[in-house]
Amino acid sequence: MTQSGVVQATGAPPGRRGLDRDDLLMRLGVCLLAGWLLLTLALPLWWLLSKSFHNHNGEFVGLANYAQYFSTPALFASVWNSLFIAVLTTAIVLPLAFVYAYALQRSCMRGKGLFRALALIPILAPSLLPAISMIYLFGNQGLLKEWMFGVSVYGPFGIVVSQVFYCFPHALMILIAALAMADARLYEAADALGASKLRVFLTVTLPGAKYGVISAGFVVFTLVITDFGIAKVIGGRFNVLATDIFKQVIGQQNFEMGAVVGFVLLFPAVLAFAADRIIQRRQVALLSARAVPLVPKPVPRRDTVLLLFCTLVGGMVFVLLAMAVWASLVTRWPYNLTLTLHNYAFGEFDTDGWTAYGNSLKLAGWTAVIGTLVVFVGAYLLEKTRAFAAVRALAQFMAMLPMAVPGLVLGLAYIFFFNARENPFGFIYGTMAILVVNSLTHFYTVSHLTATTALKQLDHEFEAVSASLKVSLLRTLARVTVPICLPAVLDISIYLFVNAMTTVSAVIFLYSTDTKLASITIVNMDEAGFTAAAAAMAVAIVATSASVKLAHVLLTRRLARGAQAWRQR
Amino acid sequence: MTDTALNTPNQPYLRIDRLSKRFGTFAALKEVSLEVPQGEFVCFLGPSGCGKTTLLRAIAGLDMQSSGRIFQAGRDISNLPASERDFGIVFQSYALFPNLTVQANVGYGLVSRGLAKSEIAVRVAELLKLVDLADSGPKYPAQLSGGQQQRVALARALALSPGLLLLDEPLSALDARVRAYLRTEIRRLHQRLGVTTIMVTHDQEEALTMADRIVVMNEGVIEQVGTPLDVYRQPASAFVADFVGTTNFLNARVSGPGRVRFGDIELACELDPDAAPGSPVTLAVRPEDAVVRNTVAGSANTFGARVCGIEFLGSFCRVGLSINGAAPALVADCSINAVRDLAIAEGVELLVSLPPERLRVFAPAKPRP
Repeated sequence: MTQSGVVQATGAPPGRRGLDRDDLLMRLGVCLLAGWLLLTLALPLWWLLSKSFHNHNGEFVGLANYAQYFSTPALFASVWNSLFIAVLTTAIVLPLAFVYAYALQRSCMRGKGLFRALALIPILAPSLLPAISMIYLFGNQGLLKEWMFGVSVYGPFGIVVSQVFYCFPHALMILIAALAMADARLYEAADALGASKLRVFLTVTLPGAKYGVISAGFVVFTLVITDFGIAKVIGGRFNVLATDIFKQVIGQQNFEMGAVVGFVLLFPAVLAFAADRIIQRRQVALLSARAVPLVPKPVPRRDTVLLLFCTLVGGMVFVLLAMAVWASLVTRWPYNLTLTLHNYAFGEFDTDGWTAYGNSLKLAGWTAVIGTLVVFVGAYLLEKTRAFAAVRALAQFMAMLPMAVPGLVLGLAYIFFFNARENPFGFIYGTMAILVVNSLTHFYTVSHLTATTALKQLDHEFEAVSASLKVSLLRTLARVTVPICLPAVLDISIYLFVNAMTTVSAVIFLYSTDTKLASITIVNMDEAGFTAAAAAMAVAIVATSASVKLAHVLLTRRLARGAQAWRQR
Repeated sequence: MTDTALNTPNQPYLRIDRLSKRFGTFAALKEVSLEVPQGEFVCFLGPSGCGKTTLLRAIAGLDMQSSGRIFQAGRDISNLPASERDFGIVFQSYALFPNLTVQANVGYGLVSRGLAKSEIAVRVAELLKLVDLADSGPKYPAQLSGGQQQRVALARALALSPGLLLLDEPLSALDARVRAYLRTEIRRLHQRLGVTTIMVTHDQEEALTMADRIVVMNEGVIEQVGTPLDVYRQPASAFVADFVGTTNFLNARVSGPGRVRFGDIELACELDPDAAPGSPVTLAVRPEDAVVRNTVAGSANTFGARVCGIEFLGSFCRVGLSINGAAPALVADCSINAVRDLAIAEGVELLVSLPPERLRVFAPAKPRP
């Protein structure tokens, strides 16, 4: 017996050690995922980088393009303009969002649900919407033009206010989460030690939310630096990096210089992203399993002050939203204020009209369906595959990368990559497919993180149990993993849908006459002077996103009650 | 399930041959060999990190060994993936599918077998009855107590009538009372089904009460394999003596053939005849083997000691004894009767005897702190 054992030991096939069909399938899947991310993200970016080192005739010129960029004051000024806008917006949004989130989470003021919903609505709107509203409020023919004392809204002022509106909900979401949980025992201890309210805030509340504040700061900074729509609509002659790319590429057909600006734009975004990741890693769980959750107690004076604050901030959000709706319904601003639906007859303002809206729906739908599938299965593979550590690490890195890549840069990279003569996938250029792939890649990271978080909460031994019961992984995926993760799956699909619906930056380089999108017609109609129609289209997008989001909330609630009965004890 | 033709009586059901597992530079298993006869209940016992779970997972094919071979029912399964091996497994976390009912959980593996619905229903009902949960079929796992969930996991693991049942710390997450109940329950199931069972545990009481044989592991090697009585009575190493049960360790030196000197006290014991006089040894003696009743001054292995602490443990007392006024040198377990009869109290002088046949001698090793 021992002898035969030795013989078998030497004669055993080393290649198929302990692998069954599922293992092979998973490994294949991981490779496919890595390949997909290489193809849709890494290679296009690489192409863009190399383009910035070549001249118009495709000859390698080293850093010549960069030298030219930095020696052209008109171009270089945009760097400072972008940084100025981003820093100023961040400095305004952070305190506003923090106090607002504090009011929602730590006070007993009335109408928290309403204020929360109101403040989060802008997330469903394209960034162009607040810019258009600002024009109606403070523009040349604005409702409140006198309030401006001669300062033009077209320029830094309009940009910053619109950016604040656009970024506020993003920061708010992070800060709401950061302030959601607190250990009541810390507050009791501070009280017992006789600390003043201010001291408690500075030593307990603020440190607990520190990482949330930092993270929100980086998110806002990156959003502003990379946003294109607002500066395009209300920027006037104030140039920023994002509009420079557009001008270089679309206006002057100078792709090489566009690539340079793209990389200049990528730099602060990547830096902010890297800094955020490093800080996040240092975060330790302040909340142990034995923490006693803090339940806010009413403090009448504080609650009143916070209610006033929220009314003010929420009111401004409401005004900007309402302004867009009103503007879209007015016959001829500001001369004839009778209401009409005429501005929604988009066909009269843009050749594509409602077709563009249909295209946006298609794009959002496809991105949601395909994206959810790719992202969830991808996260599952990365989480559950046992071997191929290097491939998994590569894929994991690439899944995190899109967060740092501005949409315009990704869009530009796609132009180069999918137009390259040697690219066998060039045929998707100009089709709906490239828009779907681009949107999916652009919004990959957040979806991936959502899926990963959900998967990490599952028992790690489900797959081992399945193997012992001779049940294939696919079956367990379908019967157990996906049903348990259904809320996360829905979250991902809605996130992808809403973002694909509202995005401008990535797709503006990639649409063709057949695939023009609603958000792009806003830019076009605004450029052509049909501001009311642009407002109407923005409203149509918000309405669509909001309906889908509402349906999602209702569906999630039903799931929690019905099919997910097993969650209750 | 098992191929009995291959499983001749003189051949073990499970044979592990020089199995090693390395994680980077860390060796979790070092050339471990073991044989398990058909139908036996074996416990892998050891502190965390000793390699017991690694060994179990290698047997299951969940984590592949780095080298060595595993044979089950005469078949070389070393390179088979988990899905092609013949075992059922229960995890400490239960790993029940929370979104499926108890029935669906138990029948999970049966459905893939392509059995008819009615057959599955019959088998599931039978299994649930076996674990005493006949009425819980339509419930979801979250609606059951921890102990009930563990029994569902057990029924699920047994559904395909596996030749080998693997239990990975199945009782650790339960409270003491439920644990004691499930101990007998699992034992009863094993006797009824006769399935070869391997249980991993770090709880010596669990191993002593449940196992036919205990495999004591430490730092990736097997320290001892034996019946609970063997392991307890004749520990093969200082580690085993220390890990299983409570043991007094006395540092002594060889003073002659069959004799050692512990401080001023000369003790007789079963000593390796080759032991050089003067060489250090470690003596191990169980607290219950230290005799305090009917001891006679001047007889072999008997000496005086002073009580320096009493710990009341219900049915008996653990008495700390100091020799020559130093800190407690050893503890002795005394029945409540003995405590009363000898009026044992702090400061009382006692005559203590350590019977030579109860003294185990080991090479000087640093016992567990």
